[in-house]
Amino acid sequence: MKDKTMPADEAVARLSSGMTLGIGGWGSRRKPMALVRALLRSGITDLTVVSYGGPDVGMLAAAGRIRKLVTAFVTLDSIPLEPHYRAARERGAFELTEIDEAMFLWGLRAAANRLPFLPVRAGFGSDVMRVNPGLRTVTSPYEDGETFVAVPALRMDAALVHVNRADRSGNGQYLGPDPYFDDLFCAAADTAYVSCERIVDTAELTKQGPPQTLLIRRHTVTGVVEAPNGAHFTSCAPDYGRDEAFQKRYATTPWPEFEAGFLAGDEQTYQRAVREGT
Amino acid sequence: MTGPTRAEYCVIACAEAWRDDGEVLASPMGLIPSIGARLARLTFAPELLLTDGEALLVRPDGTPEGWLPYREHLAWVTGGRRHVMMGASQIDRFGNQNIACIGDWERPRRQLLGVRGAPVNTLNNPTSYWIPRHSRRVFVDRVDMVCGVGYDRAAGARYHRIPRVVSDLGVFDFATPDRSMRLASLHPGVTVEQVKEATGFELTVPDEVPATREPTDEELRLIREVVDPAGARAREVAA
Repeated sequence: MKDKTMPADEAVARLSSGMTLGIGGWGSRRKPMALVRALLRSGITDLTVVSYGGPDVGMLAAAGRIRKLVTAFVTLDSIPLEPHYRAARERGAFELTEIDEAMFLWGLRAAANRLPFLPVRAGFGSDVMRVNPGLRTVTSPYEDGETFVAVPALRMDAALVHVNRADRSGNGQYLGPDPYFDDLFCAAADTAYVSCERIVDTAELTKQGPPQTLLIRRHTVTGVVEAPNGAHFTSCAPDYGRDEAFQKRYATTPWPEFEAGFLAGDEQTYQRAVREGT
Repeated sequence: MTGPTRAEYCVIACAEAWRDDGEVLASPMGLIPSIGARLARLTFAPELLLTDGEALLVRPDGTPEGWLPYREHLAWVTGGRRHVMMGASQIDRFGNQNIACIGDWERPRRQLLGVRGAPVNTLNNPTSYWIPRHSRRVFVDRVDMVCGVGYDRAAGARYHRIPRVVSDLGVFDFATPDRSMRLASLHPGVTVEQVKEATGFELTVPDEVPATREPTDEELRLIREVVDPAGARAREVAA
């Protein structure tokens, strides 16, 4: 079996500027933050980011790495408005494709199923249609004749996701209550990098949880990165909850100061700074 | 027991949104709608389904009875067996709602949450709204970005319905010939003038405006002792 393990920096080295990048998780929940931090250490920029947005988007937007964002929201959940995202958006720092949460889901499914679009009963009447003049519609060929929005496939060059456990060949396991959309992100992207709290032997996976926790299948995975506390400061149930105190600090610290204080060094330096609360 | 506070009238007005809904998912967003949904579930709407705000369907005491991760929640919306109560940064007289941004979308003056699920919600299942601070900044002539779809933009949307809008001043519906907003009830202690003053558009006001109904003693007890013993409701709407 191919060993797909690699350090975060190597996974990021396989990405390049200008790519369309999907990021898993939801809001401030199970975000692949160690991979995002590696991305911030790299010079990669000019990205199209596809995400149910949280601090992944906030940080990349603050650092000027986003050319275009595809999303339905950006939030820190316990802090409803993501301050660094807001600031970037209010200074017109990037282009936005704003679609509904369900349109986003069906766009992912279309991409994962190699379909150009999927019909959705959402968007009509709302300004999603005004701000996305490229959206087309499709009419049912059956008797009902209803017209739907044809949500285009959200195909991506690469996906970044974080799960609780994975084996070396890329089988990824979530142990919390919600898979979010991470398997779909991996299937909708040409390459996918899965970070995890711990790499375990394949036989260990079904000892950790029932088979339906085996969310991500290895054929959709390019690289596996072991990143303990790698979703920090977002939640990664049941391994840890959201670090609310740190999130608050992130939200209330001016970006240059946060960047200098926590992101100037490597992942070990970050984790040490978090532990020491410096 | 002391008389009901304004926040408690708001709880009752929110709870009433789910009366007679049957076996559907109640999706309250915000604190007082959440208290209202749990109260409805505990009293006159025992068939309601509730979530823990994450991925579980739960009984009022927190006992899990089902699994509802976000992907399934989004699919459930399209099945229609759900009644959501969303917030609104802006709402207009036809019930168009905005939670995305203030100002020009291209370069907003204030970026807010984003459209979230408002477009799919309003086209697929009943969508009510909760506004904890009724003002002209929220009840506007025109919203800056239509997220939730109002009646004037819902032609042909077969599953579109906005049962009610609840604010800290009263309850509103769209039971008018042109489906524009109407004052349906006033919370005790609030005057029609107060509501008009705080609303940035022409509101239909019937000759006789009823008062929002009183909570029963049992409802008051449940709110105060079971659902919200810490009194968090008073932080959303002051007494």
